[in-house]
Amino acid sequence: MRITVSDVWQEYPTERNGGRLTALSAIDLEVAPGEFVSVVGPSGCGKSSLLELIAGLQRPSRGEIRVNSDHGGAPVLILQEAALLPWLTTLGNVEFGLKLRKVPRAERRRIALEQLAMVGLSDFANARPHQLSGGMKQRAAIARALALDPPVLLMDEPFAAVDAQTRGVLHNELLRIWAATGKTIVFVTHSVPEAVFLADRVVLMSARPGRIRDVVEVNLPRPRSADDTRLVWFQQAVSAPEYVI
Amino acid sequence: MVGVVRKLGFGLLVVLVWQLLASLHVWPPILMPSPLAVAESLVDNTRDLTIPVAIGASMARLAIGYGIAVLVGVAIGLAISRSQLLKDTLGAAAVGLQSLPSVCWLPLALLWFGLSEKAIIFVVLMGALFSIVTAVDDGLRNVSPLLIKAGRALGARGFALQWGVVLPAAFPNIVTGLKTGWSFAWRSLMASELLYSERGLGRVLTVGRDLGDMAQVIGTIIVILLLGLTVNQYAFAPIERSLARRWGLQAA
Repeated sequence: MRITVSDVWQEYPTERNGGRLTALSAIDLEVAPGEFVSVVGPSGCGKSSLLELIAGLQRPSRGEIRVNSDHGGAPVLILQEAALLPWLTTLGNVEFGLKLRKVPRAERRRIALEQLAMVGLSDFANARPHQLSGGMKQRAAIARALALDPPVLLMDEPFAAVDAQTRGVLHNELLRIWAATGKTIVFVTHSVPEAVFLADRVVLMSARPGRIRDVVEVNLPRPRSADDTRLVWFQQAVSAPEYVI
Repeated sequence: MVGVVRKLGFGLLVVLVWQLLASLHVWPPILMPSPLAVAESLVDNTRDLTIPVAIGASMARLAIGYGIAVLVGVAIGLAISRSQLLKDTLGAAAVGLQSLPSVCWLPLALLWFGLSEKAIIFVVLMGALFSIVTAVDDGLRNVSPLLIKAGRALGARGFALQWGVVLPAAFPNIVTGLKTGWSFAWRSLMASELLYSERGLGRVLTVGRDLGDMAQVIGTIIVILLLGLTVNQYAFAPIERSLARRWGLQAA
């Protein structure tokens, strides 16, 4: 499966100046199967919009986005604050997408329990979202997305609202899940260190208008250690591309 | 458990003090009958079916009026939540009309429907309707956009989105609205029954007043109180507890 973003623009009409707000301009991007791509940039650079476009939640004003997947299905978007449905249990949440697809109950349950096990939340299947910590909620959200077996996982600053320590744990969890499932992941964040640590490639965006400024390949072998000093080099490459030799 | 014991203890204390004051004739018995006198009156009125019939009549009006208010109110609230035009027109009207003390509808109702059950039911309906409309609209409109986005990200669209995400998300607010509506309906009912009634608890109260029978008056007040508490306890409280359990205490 491959994601191809071709000359994508997204514009909104605005009342101010009677003009248009260009959220995204001339975005060209290709994501290879099984790749982990991070998208970094300041607020307003359109990174979240890009994700929503790939997810199919919005349509671009111009250009085309193709998600070529062998086994069909739509990309699933994971949001910043887990957004677990508060009236359902953890299990109920993970089953939600499957229920929408009218998967029969027994099958639904099996898949959901499998994914909960994958993210390490088996013991909390019957807990309510308000009983889970921030980190656990995010893991549940990941399980919820994985249950739908999407061709690609789109993650929009999923760990922004989580404390630093938990974030570190979740990073390793995510990489483990990535290695185990081989899914393609597009991960949006405003944190350069996070982007560099997790990804194969980092797409750097800037704002006004939202565009891709640079793409940096992070060719550090895996598994990576958070203390690896070479990460700093890549962080600098991402932050100040004009100074890279 | 402690709470229950405390409440019972307090109640007992109140009754004892009351009995004491009555026995000492601090006020004349016609103004302050003793608890025993009130109990006697209640028993008499229950035996000759005055009170049971009255409860039946009042509750029937309430059930019909409130029932219609719920059906119509939810429907209108739903419609308003989907349309800014409706919100600016019907919605604004509902907010405005809600501030009218519902008993003011009674003269209108009496002229429209004559001296009939319909008149009272109408007042009950008008009392409850607008708060339900507003609460349903608010509840549906204020569903967290994050939840909706999450629902859509998982593939929910159209009806599935409304039924599977928006409605459950709005449910706590809607329940609050229904409870408020109930409260208004109850008050509207009592107010109307006191001003005009052929049967019902308001009538029993009025008769008690006309005959100077304070025991009957107080007894009926106690019945009315208990009815209100019972509905709360057995209808709304379980729903609220269930919501609190599911949603956690941050539920609005």
